[in-house]
Amino acid sequence: MARIDVNHIRHSYLADPRKDSDFALKEVHHTFEDGGAYALLGPSGCGKTTLLNIISGLLRPSHGQLLFNGKDVTNLSTQERNIAQVFQFPVIYDTMTVYDNLAFPLRNRGVPEADVDRKVRETLEMTDLVSWAGRKARGLTADQKQKISLGRGLVRSDVNAILFDEPLTVIDPHMKWVLRSQLKQLHRRFGYTMVYVTHDQTEALTFAERVVVMYDGEIVQIGTPTELFERPRHTFVGYFIGSPGMNVMPVKVEGKVARLGSQSIQLPGALKSAEGAIELGVRPEYVRIGSKGMPVSITKVEDVGRHKVIRAKLEGRDIAAIIGEDDEIPADAKVSFEPAGINIYADSWRVEMGA
Amino acid sequence: MLELRNVSKVVGADTHIADISLTLNHGSLNVLLGPTLSGKTSLMRLMAGLDVPTSGSIWFDGKDVTGVRVQKRNVAMVYQQFINYPAMTVYENIASPLRVAGIDKASIDREVRKAADLLKLTPYLDRTPLNLSGGQQQRTALARAIVKNASLVLLDEPLANLDYKLREELREELPKIFAEAGTIFVYATTEPHEALLLGGNTATLSQGRVTQFGPTVEVFRRPVDLVTAKTFADPPLNTIVLAKKGKHLLLDGGVNLPVPTDLVGIADGNYTIGFQPHHLSLDRSNAGSVPVRAKVSITEITGSESFIHLDFADVRWVMLTHGIRHYETDDEVEVFIDPRHIMVFDGNGRAVSAPSMAA
Amino acid sequence: MDKTWNNKAWFLVLPVLVLVAFSAVIPLMTVVNYSVQDTFGNNQFFWAGTEWFEELLASDRFWQAMGRNLIFSFIILAIEVPLGIFIALNMPKKGWGVPVCLVLMALPLLIPWNVVGTIWQVFGRNDIGLLGYTVNALGIDYNYVKDPFDAWVTVIVMDVWHWTSLVVLLCYAGLVSIPDAFYQAAKIDGASRWSVFRYIQLPKMQRVLLIAVLLRFMDSFMIYTEPFVVTGGGPGNSTTFLSIDLVKMALGQFDLGPAAAMSLVYFLIILLLSWVFYTVMTNYDAER
Repeated sequence: MARIDVNHIRHSYLADPRKDSDFALKEVHHTFEDGGAYALLGPSGCGKTTLLNIISGLLRPSHGQLLFNGKDVTNLSTQERNIAQVFQFPVIYDTMTVYDNLAFPLRNRGVPEADVDRKVRETLEMTDLVSWAGRKARGLTADQKQKISLGRGLVRSDVNAILFDEPLTVIDPHMKWVLRSQLKQLHRRFGYTMVYVTHDQTEALTFAERVVVMYDGEIVQIGTPTELFERPRHTFVGYFIGSPGMNVMPVKVEGKVARLGSQSIQLPGALKSAEGAIELGVRPEYVRIGSKGMPVSITKVEDVGRHKVIRAKLEGRDIAAIIGEDDEIPADAKVSFEPAGINIYADSWRVEMGA
Repeated sequence: MLELRNVSKVVGADTHIADISLTLNHGSLNVLLGPTLSGKTSLMRLMAGLDVPTSGSIWFDGKDVTGVRVQKRNVAMVYQQFINYPAMTVYENIASPLRVAGIDKASIDREVRKAADLLKLTPYLDRTPLNLSGGQQQRTALARAIVKNASLVLLDEPLANLDYKLREELREELPKIFAEAGTIFVYATTEPHEALLLGGNTATLSQGRVTQFGPTVEVFRRPVDLVTAKTFADPPLNTIVLAKKGKHLLLDGGVNLPVPTDLVGIADGNYTIGFQPHHLSLDRSNAGSVPVRAKVSITEITGSESFIHLDFADVRWVMLTHGIRHYETDDEVEVFIDPRHIMVFDGNGRAVSAPSMAA
Repeated sequence: MDKTWNNKAWFLVLPVLVLVAFSAVIPLMTVVNYSVQDTFGNNQFFWAGTEWFEELLASDRFWQAMGRNLIFSFIILAIEVPLGIFIALNMPKKGWGVPVCLVLMALPLLIPWNVVGTIWQVFGRNDIGLLGYTVNALGIDYNYVKDPFDAWVTVIVMDVWHWTSLVVLLCYAGLVSIPDAFYQAAKIDGASRWSVFRYIQLPKMQRVLLIAVLLRFMDSFMIYTEPFVVTGGGPGNSTTFLSIDLVKMALGQFDLGPAAAMSLVYFLIILLLSWVFYTVMTNYDAER
């Protein structure tokens, strides 16, 4: 396992990039700690797969350096970097048995057959594939195939990192839960350095200890799931994480009070600085519906099973709130915001509030 | 009104569709919910007329249309892949079904602009599909299906290839779009969450059979059998087999659930109990909650919620709680089952009754 | 309910049925008719029963021609398939080279059979042919008109030149359909060039390869025009394949009866082999 340093890496798919917008990856500088579980989260085209392919060596960056445990690997080939990768669509050698699939990377490296057998049996155990060992890989289901892809990485005890490129795309919802928790258990037990690329917030947040949110070729925020949820640094993070995303509305701030149209909202503290366009962000989970607060008109109630999503208009703007599945909505509904859930943004970036 | 009467489709030795009867009304949104290979696509192909059923018949507005080809049925289809004419502009793409129908230019223009407006495509009308994002490409395909004014619109996992956030946005808009069009919509998906957000009616599919059909929330809250309940649960449904003795549901060394009052009369014996992950809680949510000691396997945290995977007796459960909970693997925790929300299934997996308090 | 559309379908294919009847079924029946009769011209026919078939199956001439056919098919398959795969593997997968290679590959396929024959007939001549002249100038004794071995080499090289492209194009289509992820995964697994071929490319090409082998086998088994133009079946009978022999018999000697019997046997052999290939291929599909 290894610590991975991404040193000021920029990448462009064009031969002669001139402008900033020619770069798929604008400038990424970050350290993935040894044994950490990371997710790269963002919409398509944000550069997350580009970054992953640079780490795995399938792409060579236009600028910058990549270090594994302090050693420069920027110019090393994929084989020499000794990493494992699981792709979006399962890659299996379909003429081989499950056992031979797992043995393949070891045999390619000339490992003695006795060691191959021991390692493969261990890996079959880890991935719950023991009873399928002798089967041809061709006829298996998508989730089993994906486990084989993963197994081919796990079987090599010396891999520096395991990389995942949207590995659950073709898996049914029920199996996603099973695979995800197995992955997490493997990480717990063996401490692999894992980097997981996805556009699915639930996958990213549940899998990773630290989530790297990317947008337009740049890292917008790196944090634990809780930090991203409670203190999004940028309104994009507020929007992209959470379902529905954060409510963002333009306000005027005077001292400890934010004015939204004719309404006043008490803030937990005064702003430390307030230049540019000021917005207030509050997640639907922190919007309370009751008989006290600001008057709203409810436009729709979505029953999603475990809770209800209320869509309403507040001062002419759309706002979403989440309430429990058994909660009642009063006839003359009003909303209030929980102070702990309020964030203030200036030109889309979060500003600190004092006491 | 589209009616399927005892429709089956057998290909070689495989039964793709087994004896399905369904009635879909004009202006309704119907979700087909089921895992991969449960028969969603096969069923849609039969509805469209792309395939002919092996037995049974298909009726449209009182006319037998079994065997009538798709070209004559006025059907529109949207697929998982974004299928548009790559050489045409968005405008031409949307207009294409109208041109085939030979409608005059002014009407075409009006219809295209209306559909583009509905699907937020107005700024992109002059572009070609390949210069659009995935979401916009799929909106174009949707606009083409809607503008056709088909009497049946089939959508086969239309959002599956889109980013999570784009899916969320389109999911919110789709019911509005469907409501305006007023035709029969059939929407296939593998995701329970998507079915709930779309609303309308849901038919749950499993191995080529419709296990239940009714208003979406109704099917979700009162599944008629265990298969339906499992199909319609994400995170997976928690289950356990308990023995009913008098007024108690028991498991040696752990559980003692009171039998829901309306079920006290059922015969003693073994029953499968099912409950949703959010009906398992860390605190006594009401006086009647029943404590159970379970072992933590793994905890997943999304920032606002925690999914705690638990091992209890010989089963694996998932608990969904608000807030952030840190547990280590193998920690013992006391969790509570709310008996008001349990579903009880007999030995054949049929629901003995729905939860006594449904809301 | 199936019936309503089936009836219409029959009606629609009727013209094709009539056409097939005139172009295939009726001539075939005529051949069957000839094969069991004898004639001395003047349109006088006598019943001969299975005499021609017995004679044919007992004749060395037939079995020799058949043997030559099988050897020829085997040799050209053994050369064209590996060579086709090799060229396909080395063709560019993207960039300006793709259309250039594809056009170059398609060129020989666009030339009519008899023209190919003529080209090689001239190309291989000792006096004016570039190939024949050069090879002889290098001190190698080469003369396809006199030496049976040289005649075989010429016919085989000509067939390879003409038809390897077909194998190349089919394999290339199979290769470009392999997603990039497979190559990337193989790199990560440390697979050698040979392993990539053996475990990724070959399995993915298997289907198109079967089609290629089937097409090339049937085509080479029916070969006529090119050797006829180049060697005329000689020297001696060394390049007289079944089809050439057939024509010699029917048109040259006007032995309609034996020729018809031979055509039928020839037809049955091709039918049988095609059926075997078809079964192999459908079994392969079912297995997937």
